[in-house]
Amino acid sequence: MTVYAAPGQPGAIAEYRARYDHWIGGEYVPPASGQYFENPSPVTGQTFTEVARGNAEDIERALDAAHGAAPAWGRTSVTERANVLNRIADRMEAHLEEIAVAETWENGKPVRETLAADIPLAIDHFRYFAGAIRAQEGSISEIDEDTIAYHFHEPLGVVGQIIPWNFPILMATWKLAPALAAGNAVVLKPAEQTPASILFLIDIIGDLLPPGVLNVVNGFGVEAGKPLASSSRIRKIAFTGETTTGRLIMQYASQNIIPVTLELGGKSPNIFFSDVASARDDYYDKALEGFTMFALNQGEVCTCPSRALIQADIYDQFLGDALERTKAVKQGNPLDTETMIGAQASNDQLEKILSYIDIGKAEGARVLTGGHRAELDGDLAGGYYVTPTVFEGKNSMRIFQEEIFGPVVSVTEFADFDDAMKIANDTLYGLGAGVWSRLGETAYRAGRTIEAGRVWTNCYHAYPAAAAFGGYKGSGVGRENHKMMLDHYQQTKNLLVSYSGQKLGFF
Amino acid sequence: MTDDAVSRVAVTDAAAGLLARLRRQHGDLMFHQSGGCCDGSSPMCYPDGDFLLGDADVHLGDLLLTDGPPAATGATGEEFTVPVWMSRAQFEYWRHTHLTIDVVPGRGAGFSVEAPEGVRFLIRSRLLTDAEVATLR
Repeated sequence: MTVYAAPGQPGAIAEYRARYDHWIGGEYVPPASGQYFENPSPVTGQTFTEVARGNAEDIERALDAAHGAAPAWGRTSVTERANVLNRIADRMEAHLEEIAVAETWENGKPVRETLAADIPLAIDHFRYFAGAIRAQEGSISEIDEDTIAYHFHEPLGVVGQIIPWNFPILMATWKLAPALAAGNAVVLKPAEQTPASILFLIDIIGDLLPPGVLNVVNGFGVEAGKPLASSSRIRKIAFTGETTTGRLIMQYASQNIIPVTLELGGKSPNIFFSDVASARDDYYDKALEGFTMFALNQGEVCTCPSRALIQADIYDQFLGDALERTKAVKQGNPLDTETMIGAQASNDQLEKILSYIDIGKAEGARVLTGGHRAELDGDLAGGYYVTPTVFEGKNSMRIFQEEIFGPVVSVTEFADFDDAMKIANDTLYGLGAGVWSRLGETAYRAGRTIEAGRVWTNCYHAYPAAAAFGGYKGSGVGRENHKMMLDHYQQTKNLLVSYSGQKLGFF
Repeated sequence: MTDDAVSRVAVTDAAAGLLARLRRQHGDLMFHQSGGCCDGSSPMCYPDGDFLLGDADVHLGDLLLTDGPPAATGATGEEFTVPVWMSRAQFEYWRHTHLTIDVVPGRGAGFSVEAPEGVRFLIRSRLLTDAEVATLR
C-alpha cells in the first residue's frame, strides 16, 4: 500500500506550478485578457493552481502559431514523426508515476487507475500511432495500360480539438496521437474542470515537438471553445462531450464546411445471460467484476455500464452477489493505491448525480445500495464523493435513459434473448455494451444485434489501441483508438496520370 | 418559483436572477436541454438564435421572467422570456417529467454562457401529476 503525498505537500512526487499560461508556439504565453481562473482539486475542493482564461484573441494567437508550424511539420517524413511520438512515449514512461499522481489530483480518480490504465494506455497510444503511420501506404489504381491513379495521404493542416475532463490525458492523447502522426498542427482546448494536467504533461514532453505543432489554450467553452470550434482557420474539429454541444459544433463546422468527429456518450447495457451463473468459478467471479465496472472512474466514462440487464432466472441470486461486490468497493483518498473509487470531478457533477438519484427515487426505482453523497473525513471532507449506487427499476425510467456520469447503475431483468435485445437497444445512444455468456453463439448473436460501436464480450472497460471505439445512433461520428482514425486527420490526394503519348481525339 | 401555470418547465429564483444578469450581457437567451456524455443532461444556455433549431426539436415552454428591482420596492421591471427546447427523440424519454432550471456553484462545460460566472445551470425533475399530464396533452 502506498499513499502518495498530495502535490504541494512535503514528499510529493508531482508538483504543479502556481499558475499556468497558454502553451503557444512552444512557450508559455500569458492570456490576452490578463485573467486567470482557479482550479480546485476535487479530492479536497481546494484550489491548487490558477490557469489562463483564454478568449478569441488567444485562440487566434494559437492558430497563428499552428499555421506557422503546419507546413514544415506536414512535410516531415513519417519516420521523423513516428520517432517524435515514440520519444514522447518514452519520456512519459520515465515520468509515469508523477504524471499519474498529477492527473489524480486534478481529476479525483484513484491513483491505481492512473498508474495502471490512464497513463500506460496513453503511452501505448503514442507508440501505436507511431507504428501505424510508418506502416500506412497510399494506393494506386491502374485505370488502363497508360493511366494510373495515385492516392497519397496528406495532412489536413491545422485542426482543433476539444477534450473532456474524465480522462484529461488519455482523451487528449486519443486525439493528439493520430493528428500529429498524420502531420497536422493542433490547437487543443482542455476541459475547464481539468485544465492543468495536460500542461503538467507539456512541461515533460513539450520540447520534443517543434514549436507551434501543439498549442494548448485553456478557458471557458463560451469564451475559448466556441471561437476555436467556429474558426474558419481550422480544417477539422474533434470533440468529446454531450449532445447539444455536439450539435452546435456540427453547426459551426457546416458553416466552414469542415469535417467533425464527435464522441457524445452513451447509456451502455451490460447484459448477463442465465448461463453466467451455471457455476461458481473464475468466470462467475469475472462477471461480478464486470457488473461492478460501473464504479470505474467514479462512473465518469462515456461507456459506463450504467444499465445492468440480468436474465430473470438468475436475477435474485446474481444481483445479490453483485451487491455484495459493490459494497466491497473501497472509497477514500484517491492518492491511496488501495482506494477503488475516488472523487467526482467537480461540484456541479456531484450535484447532477444527486439530482438523478432524486428523480430515480421519485420515479419509483428502488435504491439497493448507496444513493447518497459520501462524507469523508479530514481534508477529504470538502471533496466530491458519491457512494456506489445500485437502482432497481424499469428501462423507461429516466435513470435508465440518461447518462448520469456517476457511480450509479440501474438494474432490470429480462425474460429471454429477444427481450434483452429489445431493452438493450431501447436507448438514444449506441457507444458501448457488455455481453456476458459462456455460450459462444449467444454472445456472438447478442454482440451483432446490439446497436453499439463497441460490444465488450465477456469483458468490460478495456481500451487497447487497435480496437476501434466510437458510436452508433446519438453517440457520435468517427472511430478513435484505431488506425482508421488517421483517415479522419488526412486528405486524400489523387494524381490521375496519363502515360500515353496519344491525344483523346475529342478536339 | 416564478411560473405557476401548468407547464413543463420552471425556474428557481436564483436561476431567474442569473438569467436576468446574463441577458444584460448577451441579449435574449434560449435553453437547449442536453443529453449524453460528460456535461450531458445539463440545460445549455445560449444567446437566442445561436443554436439552430429544427424539426428535430420540441419547444417545452417559455420561462417568464422579470429584470428589475425586487417586487417589494413597488417598481416594475422589464419582462422577458427564455424559451426552453429539447431534441424530439430525447423528449420521448423525458415527457412524463416536469423540469425546473436551478443553478449551483461549479464549472460546466460546453458553450453555455453561465460557466464564466463560476456557476452551472442544473435540471431538477419531478413527475408530472395526472392532472398536469391531462392539461398538457
